[in-house]
Amino acid sequence: MEDINKLWIKRIYEKCSGCRRCEIACSLYHEGKIWPEASRIRVFMFVPGVEIPHLCFQCNDYPCVEACPEEALSVDDHTGAVITDKSKCTACGTCINACPGRVPHLHPQDDYIVICDLCGGKPKCVVSCQEGKWDTLILLEGQDIETEKVSAETPKQLAHETARKILGEKATEEVYEW
Amino acid sequence: MVNGYAGKFLEIDLTNQKVEEITFSKKILQDYIGGRGLGVKILWDRLGDKWETIDPLSPENILLMLTGPFTGYFLGARICVTGKSPQGNGIIGSTVAGEFGVELKCAGYDGIIFTGKAEKPSYVFICDDTIEIKDASHIWGKTSRESMRYLVKDSINDIKKIHPNYGEFKEPSVLYIGPAGENKSRVAAVEAKYSHAAGYGGYGGVMGSKNLKAVVVKGFGPLPDVVDQDKILELSQEFSNNCFNIEFFRRWGTGSGGYTFGADSSSEPVRNWQEEWHNEKSYRGEEFDKFWVKKYWGDYGCPVTCLKLAALRDGKYAGAICDNPDYELEAFLGTNLGIFSPEQNIYLSYLIEELGFCGIQGGAILGFAGELFQRGILSKEDLGGINLEWGNVDAFAELARKIAFREGIGDILAEGLYRAALKLEEMKKIDVLKYAIHLKGMAIGGHGLKSGKDMVTRTSIGYSVSVQAGDHTSSASLPIDEDGSELYSILSDSAVYCFFTTFNLVFDQIASFYQAVTGWELPKESWFSEKGLRILHLQRIVALLGGPDAVWRSKQDDTLPSRFWEPLPSGPYKGDSIDKNTFEKLKSEYYTAVGWNNDGVPTSEILQKLDLKDVELKLKKEHLL
Ligand code: SF4
Ligand code: SF4
Ligand code: SF4
Repeated sequence: MEDINKLWIKRIYEKCSGCRRCEIACSLYHEGKIWPEASRIRVFMFVPGVEIPHLCFQCNDYPCVEACPEEALSVDDHTGAVITDKSKCTACGTCINACPGRVPHLHPQDDYIVICDLCGGKPKCVVSCQEGKWDTLILLEGQDIETEKVSAETPKQLAHETARKILGEKATEEVYEW
Repeated sequence: MVNGYAGKFLEIDLTNQKVEEITFSKKILQDYIGGRGLGVKILWDRLGDKWETIDPLSPENILLMLTGPFTGYFLGARICVTGKSPQGNGIIGSTVAGEFGVELKCAGYDGIIFTGKAEKPSYVFICDDTIEIKDASHIWGKTSRESMRYLVKDSINDIKKIHPNYGEFKEPSVLYIGPAGENKSRVAAVEAKYSHAAGYGGYGGVMGSKNLKAVVVKGFGPLPDVVDQDKILELSQEFSNNCFNIEFFRRWGTGSGGYTFGADSSSEPVRNWQEEWHNEKSYRGEEFDKFWVKKYWGDYGCPVTCLKLAALRDGKYAGAICDNPDYELEAFLGTNLGIFSPEQNIYLSYLIEELGFCGIQGGAILGFAGELFQRGILSKEDLGGINLEWGNVDAFAELARKIAFREGIGDILAEGLYRAALKLEEMKKIDVLKYAIHLKGMAIGGHGLKSGKDMVTRTSIGYSVSVQAGDHTSSASLPIDEDGSELYSILSDSAVYCFFTTFNLVFDQIASFYQAVTGWELPKESWFSEKGLRILHLQRIVALLGGPDAVWRSKQDDTLPSRFWEPLPSGPYKGDSIDKNTFEKLKSEYYTAVGWNNDGVPTSEILQKLDLKDVELKLKKEHLL
């Protein structure tokens, strides 16, 4: 099956150090400069200590692609990443609302949507995370994806869940109530 | 266009609620770099001629939050907070890690200059070119976490109004104060991310005096352009690899020091510095590790991530969360209070951060009170019913709360070691200044000198001749161009980077990074005999000029607290002490090396060489020269 070669990035949120070196790598690769908001992976920190690296989850049914009225989004055959056709995207934001994880966001300067494109198959963010031995981001291929893949969630949902895991129930109440 | 800088600064006049963009010439940026250096320049230019008359807690003071050209590009982002210090009346460059500096630069600003005083409690909201001074009355008096929670939530709503169709954006960054700062305590910190602080200097109190609760910033832009991105990447990789190899430091951070600085090097403050040795196995790194819920924690771009997140999930203090007390907090909120339990130390660190204190300065004042209680100088009644015995964590916690809100005795102790000691002397008619382990109004960092074995402060003159007094991150040493000297600290605080990411790097490597960012050369010679030295002299001079309530003179103040002259009373180095003759000899060598006369005042010759003629005139006018 063609699925075998597809890629998926696993994230273990509890391990994230908050170094944001993934953001730096991603924005340098895609924008040629360090640009936290233009990164396709963004580390959300609603609660210090609970850092959530957030990027596309490559949903099995790709609701964003389905929803796009301009056919600006497509799925890469080799990687399974969502690819944005800048020239077609009108920045209407339909995909943002269609995405269960609210992953897509506008480019901070120009009028089009940015979504992780898996760097064409060699994810830079994973390299950054691995070289520092944080092991928060792990690149999966083939069969492993099937067992490990999870569905999309918003940064806030993930922050809630992760806060509970890291800090425990009692601590969670105190630091996190919205 | 200058590279590595956004090119503009915000000047916010809190009295008149006016916001302006200002710039500095290329020459000023080249000479003073950013952060501490630029801060010193701004403060001298604006306040220098009347320095000695300015009360740091009055609207006349200027509060600065300044990035440097390294902020965002170099491993581990920081920002420098400075102004006239309410501790020593000089200038302390106090840096704090986190994303604030990056957000600020992405919003288009290199720094913020606050003048005046807001009429009512306020916070400043910055999102790119939207800048608003907003009401903070409803969070005034709230602890750090509560304040942050509100500010982040509210600011996200404000940003949504500016970018309604953007999708999700990352939260803004915040610098804020807790109740201690609001109540103008001189030992209050400017805080970030719950447990990060610009502690030394007392700038939390300065924010409070300006009715400024917090600054919230969000930037949607990129970091400013640099000259040579490829070179930056190459150097970053090289420097990062260097950090990745420092396994032990990454694993433990400074948090194994709470045991080792006591047990191994006999240089840890114990019960208000009465001892510097302990061998409490309960306080080993492994015992702290049990409470770590994150073993590697760091800030923007950091390859080291030496912080650890500690949380108390159950027990009496369940709910306490902080970055695992680093060595300084293990010492000042632990051993120095007779506390040797990681759990209690974590709780107290959490509380101190909630209340908005600097862990070192705030902890030191608790230790001072502890000794006065031990000696019967302060009674339980004096302390409002607190039984302040060594090791009684609840008692110290209660006293901290009193200090933060200036209740009872807390009102005096909020003034910091030196001023509180003078006040208590007056009240009790006993010499208590000898128990205030301070230098030039600042508590000394947790690195004792008597054993000569401390890794951080390597020479007995380290604190005495430093332009940041007790600051262990800016201690002086000879030769002045050797790694670890104060001119290196001035460089790291001015380019603004964390020195935990630069172990083993030499000056030229830092200079080549600087050149790749800015395109400007920084020859070693020009830093050590000109630019760095100029900043050092300016800091020295403002310390000598002092302020309305305290001035320092080299003869009596370039020394050490009296307790530091006594021999170590316990441990393997029992009996060791600092040799006064060597100390005096080193001190005069240091004076000569930097260009100060026998009175520790910069000479006319060096001032002219450094193009500081206005400074020379001022010193003459004040009869210091
Ligand atoms: S590189 Fe890894 S550890 Fe660092 S912020 Fe990104 S996901 Fe977290
Ligand atoms: S996570 Fe969102 S952006 Fe990614 S495939 Fe699913 S719907 Fe599309
Ligand atoms: S895989 Fe590439 S595009 Fe996707 S988040 Fe990582 S660095 Fe960015």
